[in-house]
Amino acid sequence: MFTMCVLIVLQLVGEVIVRASGLPVPGAVIGLVLLYAILVLRGEVSEEMSRTSGYLLQNLGLLFVPAGVGVIAYLPMIASQWWSILLVLLVSVTATIAVTGLVVTWLSPISVEAATRQ
Amino acid sequence: MSANSNTGGLEFLAATPLLWLSLTLGAYLAAVAVNERCNRMPLLNPTLLAIALVVAVLAVTGTSYKRYFDGAQFVHFLLGPAVVAMAVPLYRHTKLIRQSAGAVLVALGIGSVTAILSSVLLVRGLGGSRDLWLSAAPKSATAAISMAISERIGGIPALTGVLTISTGITGACLASYVLGLVGVKEWHARGFAMGLSSHGIATARAFQENEVAGTFASLAMALNGISTTVLVPLIIGLLDHVT
Repeated sequence: MFTMCVLIVLQLVGEVIVRASGLPVPGAVIGLVLLYAILVLRGEVSEEMSRTSGYLLQNLGLLFVPAGVGVIAYLPMIASQWWSILLVLLVSVTATIAVTGLVVTWLSPISVEAATRQ
Repeated sequence: MSANSNTGGLEFLAATPLLWLSLTLGAYLAAVAVNERCNRMPLLNPTLLAIALVVAVLAVTGTSYKRYFDGAQFVHFLLGPAVVAMAVPLYRHTKLIRQSAGAVLVALGIGSVTAILSSVLLVRGLGGSRDLWLSAAPKSATAAISMAISERIGGIPALTGVLTISTGITGACLASYVLGLVGVKEWHARGFAMGLSSHGIATARAFQENEVAGTFASLAMALNGISTTVLVPLIIGLLDHVT
């Protein structure tokens, strides 16, 4: 519970920093950077923080359901052009995934590749 | 009391946020069970299945999205803390990230340009209006960022939101097949490609596949948020100049 509070407070601090500085990133991303800095300073991840973050990230897919349901309300907006939008999504996403994955593989040092093989 | 009697007295349930919160959790648990039954087949993405299930229930019961979100917002709210929590795996794999920093940064530039340019050119090629291609340009960045960019460049933020979430689901469903087809086998490269092209929804999938993949997907998602913010106005400006 304590670590959950830490995550929420760090996001809040992130939101405040974004408001004050006008940075074009979500407050949660600033919160991520702050937590990373704290972990570097402490030199370790507590057992509890490890468990809380693991729990949230293992169930990340759940957290997108409410926003995903909201998309349906806007479907009439794209209904007349749905096939061209589907085509754009399929081609663009496929190209981006293939190009990005290949570039990382080609340019990574051999030591990294050996450590991360499937 | 008499008003309730013809609905069996159950109407109060639909008014409590708990019902819609439970529906969200239940739909997701059911979706995960189906997905696991089918050997975690990427096409049967749990987020996609759960969304479909909830939408079906809302349609049958004639429930508005606003009423649904009154309950579901408690789940939605956790997205922020989850993003903060990504610092933990990033910290744990700092060494691996540092070793592949060069590869990751070059891939960020090339991947980000591919994502933006391919969507803009495809929409234009298919005869889409300017509104439409401006709205599609930032679709690979996470929703909060893509919608803000869309607003700034004169797109339609709500449409960008729809395209962004659809991009996330498309990537989560297709990434494993595409990466297998082009022979990318390293977890860090697979994760980075998923997070860059399809932000949080594909990052969720990456975390289910492997922790290193999830870590690099988180990294890609954060970095691509920044590079998309910088690159979209540049690329649109360049295209306007050329044509």
